[in-house]
Amino acid sequence: MTVQAIGHRERADVLKLLEAAGVYLAIVLLMLFNLAFTPHFATVTNLRLQLVQVAPVAIVAVGMALVIATEGIDLSVGSTMALAAALIPLYIGYGAGPAIVIGLLAGVAVGLVNGGLVAFAGIQPIIATLGLLVAGRGVALVFANGRLVELFDPTLGALGNSAVLGVPISVLVVFGVAVVAGIAMRRAAFGRRVLAIGGNRAAAALAGLPVKRTLLTVYAVSGCLAAVAGVLSTARQGASDPSFVGLLIELSAITAVVVGGTPLSGGRVRIVGTLMGALLMQLITATLIQHNLPDSTARMVQAVIIVVAVYVQRGRSRA
Amino acid sequence: MTTAALQVQAVSKQFGPVRALDGVSLELHPGEAHALIGENGAGKSTLIKLITGVYRPDVGQMHYLGEPVLFAGPRDAQAAGISTIYQEVNLVPQRSVAGNLFLGREPTNRLGLISFRQMNRQARETLLQYGITVDVRRPLGELGLGVQQMIAVARALSTDARVVIMDEPTSSLEPREVDRLVEVIGLLRRQQIAVLYVTHKLDEVFRLCQRVTVLRDGRVVHSGPVADTGRLRLVAAMLGRDVADVREHGATSFSEEHHAASGSPVLRAEALTRRPRLDGVSVDIHAGEVVGLAGLLGSGRTETAKAIFGAEPVDSGSVHVGANATVGGRPSRRWTPAAAIRHGLGMVPEDRAVEGVIGDLSVRDNIVLAALPRLTRAAFLSERRQNQLVDTFVTRLRIKLSSPNQKVRELSGGNQQKVLLARMLCLRPAVLILDEPTRGIDVGAKAEIQALIDELAGQGLGVLLISSELEEVVEGADRVLVLRDGAVVSTLQGTEISEDRIMHAIAAASLDAAETATGEQS
Repeated sequence: MTVQAIGHRERADVLKLLEAAGVYLAIVLLMLFNLAFTPHFATVTNLRLQLVQVAPVAIVAVGMALVIATEGIDLSVGSTMALAAALIPLYIGYGAGPAIVIGLLAGVAVGLVNGGLVAFAGIQPIIATLGLLVAGRGVALVFANGRLVELFDPTLGALGNSAVLGVPISVLVVFGVAVVAGIAMRRAAFGRRVLAIGGNRAAAALAGLPVKRTLLTVYAVSGCLAAVAGVLSTARQGASDPSFVGLLIELSAITAVVVGGTPLSGGRVRIVGTLMGALLMQLITATLIQHNLPDSTARMVQAVIIVVAVYVQRGRSRA
Repeated sequence: MTTAALQVQAVSKQFGPVRALDGVSLELHPGEAHALIGENGAGKSTLIKLITGVYRPDVGQMHYLGEPVLFAGPRDAQAAGISTIYQEVNLVPQRSVAGNLFLGREPTNRLGLISFRQMNRQARETLLQYGITVDVRRPLGELGLGVQQMIAVARALSTDARVVIMDEPTSSLEPREVDRLVEVIGLLRRQQIAVLYVTHKLDEVFRLCQRVTVLRDGRVVHSGPVADTGRLRLVAAMLGRDVADVREHGATSFSEEHHAASGSPVLRAEALTRRPRLDGVSVDIHAGEVVGLAGLLGSGRTETAKAIFGAEPVDSGSVHVGANATVGGRPSRRWTPAAAIRHGLGMVPEDRAVEGVIGDLSVRDNIVLAALPRLTRAAFLSERRQNQLVDTFVTRLRIKLSSPNQKVRELSGGNQQKVLLARMLCLRPAVLILDEPTRGIDVGAKAEIQALIDELAGQGLGVLLISSELEEVVEGADRVLVLRDGAVVSTLQGTEISEDRIMHAIAAASLDAAETATGEQS
């Protein structure tokens, strides 16, 4: 064996470690940095704020992770958030409950359209969901007459701003969604079907799996989770703002998924990794802003992290 | 004999604890086709990679045209005149034939732009040498695989090769295309080029090669002129078995006895039609019967299998399944693989990588994939029942793995094939459709799978066996349907079944088809 060969193996091991634990490592390092250098970082208020801010992205990212596991992608999530947000003021007269349910149903409907286009019409996911990325927000603005509507419903307000045992409700929702998704992917037949379809769709079909139904379900789940995020954002702001809610969130969600260790090529998924990916990006932005660097710098750093994450996965798939 | 074009002397190569090659020597002479055979893992690929400079030997040396050499990499070896043609055609299907032939070294005009006229003319001339007359401006992907492979050969040779390595070149070719390849190899030999021909198929060794080297476990276990070597001797050397043992068991591992078909069929497919590929194919399969489907590539074998299994729609026809074949008369649209599986059918598809295994999933997940609905209680999977099932089949089919959690892509071809068999067998099907079940796998796994087919039929399973290897159909099947142009042209039973009869059936039927094909070519 030559020295070169051994060096190569060590490099492969490092990549493997980074791929498996890189996102956790990065979070720990960033936390340590902040504890040492950022004033007022380790306060309950600040940490809670970070979690509340990341909640919508995290929820959307879990749905995105499932879609990506099928070798698909869902670009329409931001517009779906806007649609759910736009519907709430129209139905808030019936009470917060019915309004929220209608918002979520709209999300499911968007997901079913996406899933139908992908599964039955055979349109590529990026194109199928691009359509609703464009159209969805347009429809939302029509519903809202293009305006921001302030909401004064107490139930909705509580959903956005209260906490249980000190944990904000939106953060609890994130945990709930992640636990259900994690169990579904690991222990339920549904998860196995999703991974099989993402890994090799033709083989999954020949093994008798209900490919179309599963794809439809996955996109519906993604749409529903986007609507959940839309509802939570609206509740927190106390206003329905279809022009801006969830704008560009599809990119943040995809980033969280990829940084969390789920490859875009499908067939594999990491739910906890996805949450950590979302958290990492949030912490980076927060850290830079608290050190008086502009938001644009944060974006550049995020770009570097995405490239590193994809590179690490590439190393893994070749090994 | 003249000086060797390439001499490999006592090379060894170790990967960690595994000794991939152990003192292997090989001599390639100009104008000679040298067969390199051996099971998967015997060291064939490692040897090729040593020759082409991908790896360096730990011990041993190589002489090329009399000079000691150590290539820095594949480019270096290619520049020196060693060309390799890989199993998969490595060309760009969207580009023209000429463009592929001159990829990376296109002739240019004074402005430094590609001169298409010159390129096309040169391409036509080059291809003419190999008896290929195609429109060189057509996209490569529109041509048959055989022609594509010829173009790959032509491309490899246009670099002044002295040694050509062919890695299983016929694995995706039709018999007619193989004939063309035989001619090309003859041409190479006349040009005093040395050919190293890596293959799984014994027929080709005897048809094409003058010398043969057999590798097993990284060692040369046999090397000599093909003329002095019997078929049996080669099989025995590859398997590491006794010649007498092989003779007793035949070239394949099917038993001599045939299974009696009695009673009513468990599967009855009637007049399956899908123009232009299928034209009214009917198939009956009884319990415990192995029915073989023979025919050339494109005769409708795979289409028949897929139509029966619901994997491809049909224009008309019906599939009846069940103890008395009474379930059925199904409209084509509702007949999906899922429905077929529910009614007791199973299929192992032709293309393992594309339609079979899910590489990123574990062996366990791959095996239980089709059985998921049966292993599910209230949407959750029973870990215990999964493991039981997997353990049973890993033991029974002797699947070699480090753990059921291992990713299936890490297994050898033969073991992947066994995983696919296990996936279907754990459904306890009444009828199993096997499309090329032993293609591209090593001799040991092949023998095991053939023996398994026999055993399963003995237990009452009905089998539809598709194979492009005639001896497999002849020795494995109790009844053989010969297909041509999507229709059954002959049915052979019992003692009627022989390679000769099948070939006659194909040839008699396809005379006019062959004439049309020749007409199109010229």
